[in-house]
Amino acid sequence: MNAHLYLWLIPLLPFAGFLLNGILGRRLPKWLVTTVALLAPLAAFGVVLNAALGVFGIIPVTIISLPFTETCPLPWINAGLLHVNFSFVLDQLSLVMLLVVTGVGFLIHVYSVGYMGDDKGYARYFSYLNLFLFFMTVLVLAGNALVMFIGWEGVGLASYLLIGFWFQKKSAADAGKKAFIVNRIGDFGFLIGMFLLVANFGTLTFTEIATKLGQDPGWNGGVVTVIALCLMLGATGKSAQLPLYIWLPDAMEGPTPVSALIHAATMVTAGVYMVARTHVLFDHSPFALSVVAIIGAATAIFAATIALVQNDIKRVLAYSTISQLGYMFLGCGVAAYSAAIFHLMTHAFFKALLFMAAGSVIHAIGGEQDLRKMGGLRKKLPVTFWTMTAAVLAIAGFFPFAGFFSKDAILYVAFLQGTNGKILWFVGLLTALLTSFYMFRLWYLTFMGESRSPEVHPHESPWSMRGPLVILALLSVCGGWIGMERFGNFLAPSVGVLPTEAGNMRLEIILSIVAVLVALEGWLIADKLYRRKPARPAQYAAALPTGYKLLANKYYVDELYGAVVVKPLLGFSKFVLEWVVDFVILGGAAWLLGGIATFTGAILQRWQSGNLRSYAAWLAAGAAAVLLFLLVPWATVLAGLTAIHLGMAGH
Amino acid sequence: MHLILFLIFAGFCLGGAINLLIQSHPINSALSLIVVMVSLAVLYLLLGAEFLAAAQVIVYAGAIMVLFTFVVMLLNAGREARTMGSRAARLVGFPAVVVILAVIATVILHAQGLGVAKLSDGLTNVPGQTNIELLSTVLFTKLLLPFEVTSVLILIAILGAVALARHDDTDPQGNVERTGK
Amino acid sequence: MSSLFAQEVPLSWYLLLSAALFSLGVVGFLIKRNLITVFMSIELMLNGVNLSFVTFAQQWHAVKGQIFVFFVMMVAAAEAAVGLAIIIAVFRARATLAVDRIDLMKL
Repeated sequence: MNAHLYLWLIPLLPFAGFLLNGILGRRLPKWLVTTVALLAPLAAFGVVLNAALGVFGIIPVTIISLPFTETCPLPWINAGLLHVNFSFVLDQLSLVMLLVVTGVGFLIHVYSVGYMGDDKGYARYFSYLNLFLFFMTVLVLAGNALVMFIGWEGVGLASYLLIGFWFQKKSAADAGKKAFIVNRIGDFGFLIGMFLLVANFGTLTFTEIATKLGQDPGWNGGVVTVIALCLMLGATGKSAQLPLYIWLPDAMEGPTPVSALIHAATMVTAGVYMVARTHVLFDHSPFALSVVAIIGAATAIFAATIALVQNDIKRVLAYSTISQLGYMFLGCGVAAYSAAIFHLMTHAFFKALLFMAAGSVIHAIGGEQDLRKMGGLRKKLPVTFWTMTAAVLAIAGFFPFAGFFSKDAILYVAFLQGTNGKILWFVGLLTALLTSFYMFRLWYLTFMGESRSPEVHPHESPWSMRGPLVILALLSVCGGWIGMERFGNFLAPSVGVLPTEAGNMRLEIILSIVAVLVALEGWLIADKLYRRKPARPAQYAAALPTGYKLLANKYYVDELYGAVVVKPLLGFSKFVLEWVVDFVILGGAAWLLGGIATFTGAILQRWQSGNLRSYAAWLAAGAAAVLLFLLVPWATVLAGLTAIHLGMAGH
Repeated sequence: MHLILFLIFAGFCLGGAINLLIQSHPINSALSLIVVMVSLAVLYLLLGAEFLAAAQVIVYAGAIMVLFTFVVMLLNAGREARTMGSRAARLVGFPAVVVILAVIATVILHAQGLGVAKLSDGLTNVPGQTNIELLSTVLFTKLLLPFEVTSVLILIAILGAVALARHDDTDPQGNVERTGK
Repeated sequence: MSSLFAQEVPLSWYLLLSAALFSLGVVGFLIKRNLITVFMSIELMLNGVNLSFVTFAQQWHAVKGQIFVFFVMMVAAAEAAVGLAIIIAVFRARATLAVDRIDLMKL
């Protein structure tokens, strides 16, 4: 029996929080703002939990069956053959995603209370954060592509607002603009995909598309590939993959909790979620799948190499996020959607934790973000240290931490996909080595050794910040224990089963051991370079100057885009705007109008001479004209003239 | 006789009109116009409109033209001075007049059904009913309202004329001067 | 003698005379330089039209034509009164009656 789940409350509560804090926030006392801001995500999480308990049958009263749809009774679009409604769908996929979004979201809200406590834009910050939560839940709950697009665009907007939160700083404002514009480029792909969906399937509802694809075996390749690739373009923009990843490192200009929430746990994973949601399209197009896998793998290793030499703690984590997202797309590309979602979940735990811990460190040492100036913080910030260690172990993929299970699942399935799969597996393995290395590099530089800035006296963060750290650390440790098999079976109704037919248990175990060994190797290298022989990194950098510069400058991709795309565009738009529109069109129009007015005025002016007699003359002329017109039988006159003319012409 | 009378008085009409145009002193023009008016009164008689003939002499020649003459003498208008002409009047006006005249003349000459006028004809061919009787019957019964309205119109015209032609009693600042000085 | 009384004049002649009077009035309006004379040309035009009305009244034996002439005369009288008053006012302001010199609306 289907009870009410009140799914619409899940987005609505954060939206109410946004309105309240946005409009009245400045006049309300701080405790009230905090309460409103925290209540909204907590209440949303409560609704999700209620739904989850109903799904798992724990609360007998509200047993529900999935997928569970709620549609707004007011129609939205009824245009010809296209019918789109505001509909929310809860199935296994969206349930998992919602738990992550609202749960981790709530923890980050709590963390923000401590982190942003002294900021002047406190209320504004929380209103934006709630706005983001609203749009993200809309995205996750969407039952059709258009509602998802609302959420899609909305999270982009919220991201812009939050990245550029300290808008007085030019770099922050620029970063916000960059994020939004690059997102928009990807959204163009999403839009084209939607248009093609409408044109070919006549509907945007995911379930209907899946049904239609299942009915007709002719849907393979061709149009489906194009649609899938367009959607993938949107995903690369939102999830910071090649070639549209450039906004994410710059997005670190925003406050650290924003980086944790939006650019680690939730918004950037929207692309992965979208691919999983529309997996039927990708399943019918092997070409699109391989494109996705290649993009994922390439991005993973690309970003990992850049992260090796970054000196800003948040930049390292940003590139690490890009790299891990590459893993998720790799998972999608080998049709292991549930593995990708599994990794999404575990990644949310440990990446959010990493960012928040980094924020704790930054907060502790008074705003310093350069790794080279940190060190020796192990004793001074114990909670931060231990929680961050848990996160580092998780991301490196050590057993039994969360990252191990999810990453291994992806690599295992990749390995099974023929020769190409093995190449992908190898790239993934290499990336794991690099990941382990640079994470431990960060760990050593931050916490170990002696402090490189002795004048700073670090203090531990308040409990509002430490509490979420602890919770997430626990999740990073235990989050993977559910196991890929059970997780995959749970998600199978919505995303399909893992394609593991070709494999066996022994292969899986061997590959896992290889992965752990690789992670260990990464740790050992980092240990050697950053603990035992700290002079070595500088020597290596000096030995390979061009290589080092290339990596440190992020392969000069930003500069490349700037020269190839941005500069010509700016120049062209300046040309169009200033020359074509302003000077030619507007100026020309104004000149033309003025000219016409002056010209006709000059002519007509002479008519109004004040001379009575000329007026009289024109009057008489007018009367004569009227008389002529009325009294002369024009028909006969013209007939006669024509007859005469023809008569004369005849001779 | 009708013909002769018509020719004579039509001649007077045209002669007076042309004289009006030729004369340079306005008083001569006014006197020519009086000739035209009176000749027209005779022509009305020939057409069987006795009342109108009388009205023409009384109102037009006797009142309006007298008014014109008064004003000419009041304003002491002299001979017309040679001022600059109007090119538009010559280039546009004269052809227009010619066109008007030509069109109307053509229409008149080509019109079928225009009858003739006989001296013995009254207006009505009803013996015993005079023209004025006929006219007043219609005027005071069916067209009483326009008649009354016309009298109001004339009243307004009087008021307007008095107001317009009155001496301006305000000094340069626009204040009304104390009268009776 | 009775034959003299029985002579006929075609009505079209009356109409032609009327048209001629009207045109002469227009010509006078165009060429005259004194304001009062211009006004007199207007009266000439009106009279030409009056003749035309009376002619048609005779043609159709309808008294309405003559009544219309009656009204035209009344209105012409009113108009002459007001018009001449205006001319006097203009003369007071401009001290001239030349039509070409009176070319501004503002007195």
